[in-house]
Amino acid sequence: MHQPHVPPPPDRRNFLTKAASIVIGGALAVVAPVAGLFVLLDPLRRKSQAGTFVKVGSLSSLPAGGAAQKFQVLETKTDVWNVTPNEPVGAVYLQRVGEGKVRALNAKCPHAGCFVNFKPGDAMHYHCPCHNSSFGMDGKILNPNSPSPRALDELPVELRGTEIWVRFQNFRAGVKDREPV
Amino acid sequence: MKSFFDWIDHRTGSKKLLHEVLFENVPGGARWRYAWGSTLVFCFSIQVVTGLFLWLAYSPSSQTAWESVYYIQHVMWGGWFLRGLHHFTAQAMTVLLALHLMQVVIDGAYKAPREVNFWTGVLLLLLVLALSLTGYLLPWDQKGYWATRVATGIAGITPMIGPAVERLVVGANDYGHHTLTRFFALHAGIIPGGIIAFIVAHVYLFRRHGLTAKLPKKAPDSPFWPDQVFRDAVVCLAVLIVILFFNFRSHGADLDAPADPSEPYPARPEWYFLFLFQMLKLPVFKGSMEVVGAIVVPTVVMVVLVAMPYLGNSKQGHRFNLGFLWAMLGVMASLTYLAMNEDRNDPGFQADVRAAKWEAERVITLAGEGIPTTGAITLLRNDPLTQGPKIFARNCASCHRYDGHDGLGGQPKDKISASDLKGFGSREWLTGLFDPEKIAGPLYWGGTEHAEGKMAKFVKEDVPEFNAEQKEKLRQGLIALSAEAGLKAQAALDKRDAALIAEGQKELKGSTINCADCHKFHGDGDDTGPDLTGWGSREWLTAFISDASHERFYGEKNDRMPAFGTDKMLTEREIGLVADWLRGEWYVPKSRAE
Repeated sequence: MHQPHVPPPPDRRNFLTKAASIVIGGALAVVAPVAGLFVLLDPLRRKSQAGTFVKVGSLSSLPAGGAAQKFQVLETKTDVWNVTPNEPVGAVYLQRVGEGKVRALNAKCPHAGCFVNFKPGDAMHYHCPCHNSSFGMDGKILNPNSPSPRALDELPVELRGTEIWVRFQNFRAGVKDREPV
Repeated sequence: MKSFFDWIDHRTGSKKLLHEVLFENVPGGARWRYAWGSTLVFCFSIQVVTGLFLWLAYSPSSQTAWESVYYIQHVMWGGWFLRGLHHFTAQAMTVLLALHLMQVVIDGAYKAPREVNFWTGVLLLLLVLALSLTGYLLPWDQKGYWATRVATGIAGITPMIGPAVERLVVGANDYGHHTLTRFFALHAGIIPGGIIAFIVAHVYLFRRHGLTAKLPKKAPDSPFWPDQVFRDAVVCLAVLIVILFFNFRSHGADLDAPADPSEPYPARPEWYFLFLFQMLKLPVFKGSMEVVGAIVVPTVVMVVLVAMPYLGNSKQGHRFNLGFLWAMLGVMASLTYLAMNEDRNDPGFQADVRAAKWEAERVITLAGEGIPTTGAITLLRNDPLTQGPKIFARNCASCHRYDGHDGLGGQPKDKISASDLKGFGSREWLTGLFDPEKIAGPLYWGGTEHAEGKMAKFVKEDVPEFNAEQKEKLRQGLIALSAEAGLKAQAALDKRDAALIAEGQKELKGSTINCADCHKFHGDGDDTGPDLTGWGSREWLTAFISDASHERFYGEKNDRMPAFGTDKMLTEREIGLVADWLRGEWYVPKSRAE
């Protein structure tokens, strides 16, 4: 059958133009936000810093009788582009637990990250001033209505002569399991 | 789905709005030439999006601006692409603004009743230029710092209010934290806010008066959607492709070394301001006339631009407007060409550009190990590879050379009159010193009194007479002496030859090769000549540079070597930097060290 050559009807032409406009428009709209999203998501690529042992104090500065003593932890601190040696990066409570043994607890509350206080006296314990959690000297939760999901975070300790070395690390607050940050 | 859109429409009137946006009448049908305005809106939206994301990582202060931009550019995921997109879209906007303005005037779209719209356009042009000016400073690198200083300096020569304006823009007596916070607030808040307001006004007025059709009309009227939208989209795509081409070609925008008020820099404004820069260099704008070139001429141009809608009401006026714009474009193009051409043919400028580029690369290498809180500028200031040659060129090169030049590749006007210190401390350097042909030659002591001294006499007369055994022992002695320097480049050799070095040390103290007749070495020997204990080590070299007349070294026999430390001509830090540089002690990234 003979079909004469005719231009496509306007509707069809219109459809192609519309479709092409939408496709191109979509491509134009997507480039800048996608480029930005990559940069925005960059922190997800950064690995959590594995702690290394750092010297925090000496045995002689720890009181006898198991009372806790607060120590600053100085480490090489990496803050995005800044690298600073010997910067305070956190604090630990150290206490003697028997002959030549030391326990180290991260001073951050596992609930919301507040700084817990050591309460000396007859019933020594730790207390978080933010939401009234109490922790025993071993770090375990004392009060049943504590909002903390886990005990205070204990950190590995090494005694090198009389020096106390601790592998300092922060863990995510508010979750049951210890996840390094 | 339909009911959802109906609900939205009932609450917001979205259908009517969409209809108004899409079905604006295009008299005479869609045409490619109407796309310029849309490309500008497109570019501006890219700038808003990329700018907001950059803002998430940018930190405006003089110790963190460069550092955060470095981090975006070199560490963050796709950061270079994002920053490059922002940078090149800014440049595209400037070009597109010029095209849009030309098209509006050529088509007569600025005539009554569209004057106000034309004026909002002129204001938008100024605001966009202000954006690019303020954005240039934000990375706080040498380029932006020096170019912006020129710009604020020009603001400062405005009669009467200049100094106050300059102080207010800079935020203090001199460039610093508040310059950045102010420029950033202008760049990311105040100016874009103004632009958005004026774009709304501009588009509103455009819609109110309708599109100015290019006559004669080629086709019947048609709605904006889809034919004109399609054309606009294609042109925007072309613009984006050009931007992406430049972005990929240069792997994003440049980042120079951190701003340093104490280091010279071949400052040039961004290319689209080069014509202004070149104009101010014209002889007519010398001295007190500078204010005419910097302020009066641009003001006159702006007045003519603002008056264009009135002038354009008559045929002659319209022709004048067109002629004026073409002439301006011509002058701007010629001045830009002149500026670029002058720089291209200026070897001094080119050398400065190369040096600046080298420093930019160096600081980025150093920053890879982390930046101190005092800022990346400290990295360069404490880097022997960067500072050593500069200190050498300023203080040492009038007598000494480094590989035949002044350390920076230049030639001092005075002839070489003391030893060439390239490789000082190495076995090669020492072997050259003990060459009877060389010791009194230009590369060693030719220009000094030492050429006539005992040592030169010993090398020229006694050493050639040495028997084979003595020659071998001298070789061992020189290897041991060179090992005293503890050069990084020779560490492997020294380790390999440990036994030989132990032998050589004995010879240096012994009587076979006569060193101990004049020199002390680890406590043994005579002390008429310089003490050779630790010769060429950092400690020895810094002490020597501090005071070569000290009895440990030349004592009274010192020939013109200044006491740089004792006489406080250089600080201890500077002496350390030049010594480290001469000894080849500087940071090398691990990947390249092998």
